[in-house]
Amino acid sequence: MLGALFGAVSFLVGCGVTDDWIKWARGIDTSDHHEEHWHGWEKFLNVSFDHKVIGIQYTLIALLLLGVGGTFAMIFRTELAASQLQFLTTDLNLFGQTGPQLFNTLMSLHGMIMIVSILLGISGIINYAVPLLIGAADMSFPRLNAFSYWISVPAAITLVSSLFLGGFDTGWTGYPPLSARAPVGMQMFFMGVFIAGWSSILGALNVIVTALRMRAKGMTAMKMPIFVWASIATSIISMTATQFIGLAFQLVMFQRLFGMGFFDPAKGGNPVLFQHLFWFYSHPAVYVFILPGLGVISELLPVFVRKPLFGYRWVAMSSFGIALVGFVVWAHHMFTSGMNEYLRVPFMYSTLLVSVPTGVKFFSWVATMWKGRISTPTPMLFVLGGIVVFFMGGLSGPPHATVSTDLHLHDTYFVVGHFHDTIFGGFVFPFFAAIYYWFPKATGRRMNEFWGKVHFWLMTPSFFILTFGMMYVGLLGMRRRIADYDPALGLDSAHLILTIAGFAIFTSVIIFGINLFYSIKHGEKAEGNIWNSRSPEWQVPSPMAAHNYSKPLEVIGEPYDYGLKDAPYTRFIEPASAGKSKH
Amino acid sequence: MQHFVVVGILVILTTVLTYLGLDVAGLAKHQHPVSASLQSISIDQLWNWEMMVISFLFSLIIVPMLYSLIVFRQKKGELEDGEHMEGNATLEVVWTVVPIFLVVIFAYLGGKSLGDVRRVDPQAVTIFVKAQQFTWTFEYPEYGIISSELHIPVNKQVVLKMTSADVIHSFWVPEFRIKQDVVPGRYTEYRVTPILVGDYKVRCAELCGTSHSYMENAVIVDTQEDYDTWIAEQVEIAKLASLTPEGQGQLLVARNGCTGCHSLNGTRLTGPTWLNIYGREEEMNDGSKIVIDDAYIAESILDPNAHIVATYASPSQMPAFVFTDEEIANIIAYLKTLK
Ligand code: HEC
Ligand SMILES: [Cu+2]
Ligand SMILES: [Cu+2]
Repeated sequence: MLGALFGAVSFLVGCGVTDDWIKWARGIDTSDHHEEHWHGWEKFLNVSFDHKVIGIQYTLIALLLLGVGGTFAMIFRTELAASQLQFLTTDLNLFGQTGPQLFNTLMSLHGMIMIVSILLGISGIINYAVPLLIGAADMSFPRLNAFSYWISVPAAITLVSSLFLGGFDTGWTGYPPLSARAPVGMQMFFMGVFIAGWSSILGALNVIVTALRMRAKGMTAMKMPIFVWASIATSIISMTATQFIGLAFQLVMFQRLFGMGFFDPAKGGNPVLFQHLFWFYSHPAVYVFILPGLGVISELLPVFVRKPLFGYRWVAMSSFGIALVGFVVWAHHMFTSGMNEYLRVPFMYSTLLVSVPTGVKFFSWVATMWKGRISTPTPMLFVLGGIVVFFMGGLSGPPHATVSTDLHLHDTYFVVGHFHDTIFGGFVFPFFAAIYYWFPKATGRRMNEFWGKVHFWLMTPSFFILTFGMMYVGLLGMRRRIADYDPALGLDSAHLILTIAGFAIFTSVIIFGINLFYSIKHGEKAEGNIWNSRSPEWQVPSPMAAHNYSKPLEVIGEPYDYGLKDAPYTRFIEPASAGKSKH
Repeated sequence: MQHFVVVGILVILTTVLTYLGLDVAGLAKHQHPVSASLQSISIDQLWNWEMMVISFLFSLIIVPMLYSLIVFRQKKGELEDGEHMEGNATLEVVWTVVPIFLVVIFAYLGGKSLGDVRRVDPQAVTIFVKAQQFTWTFEYPEYGIISSELHIPVNKQVVLKMTSADVIHSFWVPEFRIKQDVVPGRYTEYRVTPILVGDYKVRCAELCGTSHSYMENAVIVDTQEDYDTWIAEQVEIAKLASLTPEGQGQLLVARNGCTGCHSLNGTRLTGPTWLNIYGREEEMNDGSKIVIDDAYIAESILDPNAHIVATYASPSQMPAFVFTDEEIANIIAYLKTLK
């Protein structure tokens, strides 16, 4: 426990991310425009203050964790392929855990590792894209930015270490009293999340300041790229809500370490209180996960449809609508928890209300596509996949909101299917779209189209089978988070299909990984505006230069005026008139 | 205009097909698992309406999307942009306001259905439920019966007053559709009116530790006669048992849910099996060997951490119990009979 804390701090000092701060504290000046010491791929393994490098670092660690979390999922998905325990049996003893205990640990870690992976992936896209989209040279606080990135490394390590320290068996939600009794691995889990949360809060602060203070001349609020809107909305949630999960976990840590009875009924504590604190973050958190993804969809769709984003203002505002309503729906996770009965009704109303701003997005996307000139290269395929999958997630939501139906669905595989749809549609698909789309900007080469399409066409149908199958078995009586299920339910063949679909998705992601790394060196050269986009970053050659634009930008049009001749979005301010550029 | 007509027709067609498809899969009107309680009728009804609306909304978005993808595709060599269309305020207002109406309607229906589910019958039979890792015990206060099976009479409302001895569990019988968490330190309430005689299972739906998957006990909906017979039998068994020490031991074991972790048939659950337990030589996790006798059993129950059996987790998963000397003796007498 203390070891983890100590390890995290010494890691940060050791890797050098705090060097400049220490120098400032001692009164030594550092140069403003930081020169990079490292070149080539090595710069990604060392501390850099360049938002593009940090963005890519974030993306890489997110993909790495995606791989780890996915591997865990494959292990327990294999166990679930048939009823009875096959290899995670009670005689097994690995890392001090029997089979079912290991199942619980892997299942719980799968959840939290994926969540951390998503948070880092979001930071990846935002860090990379936001300064480019608003015409800035970097983020507002480059050193803080590097710090938020590097702190996520010990966070990930601490989190995974719980597997080797006795594991834990509470799921990612860590409800006490169970979490107050679980082995030491639980402590590592709490610590890991705590540190990751810290990274998330600092990162969000940086994004908000950057988006508010560093926009190009003439980029008024209603002329911002839509992705920037989404980034601001997301960051506001991260910055204000993350504290609650930190607090909830900290209280359990104190209960474990010092015997304080916050959630222990024997000492007058209340276990349900934890759930309120926990979900006060963790519900809005799902909007943290999806808003940037939906932002990517809104950002890329007009490019490939060759039409303006339909109802720009409405789409921008709907992100804020979702973020706002998202703060008052948390107790919909607790309809069966034994909280006050009458609270269930207002939370049903607020939850159903989320569908209104979300609906605005869907309608606007469809209207954007209507009468466009649609082409479907790989990034667009993932945008479309994202819309459809997220829509499936959206449609399976209301039955959870109307309380009485949720009494059946709660804690079953139906919920599991529902949130995999929302998270894949709202984050994973757009994340892949963003990588395929901005990869040429980062490397000057493009990823292989053929293998990109293979990735898409393998992943998407498998994913539909997976989540639809999950909802199906859930309705039929499959509880979530169980290592083994009753053969009498007759779900064996359904589960076998689910496992096969899971492996197909896993394979498609491996294909993506190979394509990604291969294309860095061997991809087809793509230095120009290959997507024919109006966005400023595509008006300069790829890969992007060290401090982004050599001349300051000025906004002179609308961001998505496709179909309108001679109405560019931005232009460069020639040096003579560049009197007061913001730097 | 022509585009709109085609899409409109396709939307209606797809709506019908989607709904029928869901129904054939058994996910709309008639649902698996069978509905076995009065409460489930109202829930299934609401679910069915939701499936209709969902089929429609699904088609409303997916059809125009696919249509655009096919009809408004960029042809080879075509470099033109699409039509310059920035938005339409009326449309935006329509697709904001109409969903708000839908929300209000479904919130009303949801509230009404919740009311049905929670309707109180003053004549309801009360049964106490205790959940613990990893089993359920049911106590019938009127008859002084303790059982690991829940028997309830058909067509009568029962109210389960539930509490947990350790962590949070959740009482769920899929055929009844309703679920309620069971929380330590308080009582939660589960009202159900079974309408179909049959054998079901309560399946713990809240992750509660290692053997959570197996926390399933029998729930049996009886006709009134069968129910009365069962009650009479149980009263008789309890009376007989209280006459011998091993019988009393067995009652204690049932009341405390020991068999949630200890099997009687040789399989390993969370704890070691009780088959042939008395006199068995057991290895401890410090390598020492112990022959199971009275003193060791007493110690195991009162202070599980004093010795931990090899291959089991430390600290012990078993909670410490408080018993009188006589009760311990009775449990030992019972354990001796397990050969
Ligand atoms: C939550 C699960 C759980 C419950 C409930 C439980 N036990 Fe145990 N029990 C265990 C575990 C695990 C062990 C082995 C580890 C240890 O030695 O503590 C064990 C060990 C024992 C042993 C020693 C067995 C041996 O082979 O050495 C006895 C005797 C025992 N329990 C009796 C009881 C009795 C009597 C009850 C009910 C009053 C009970 N247990 C309830 C989990 C449980
Ligand atoms: Cu939620
Ligand atoms: Cu359980």
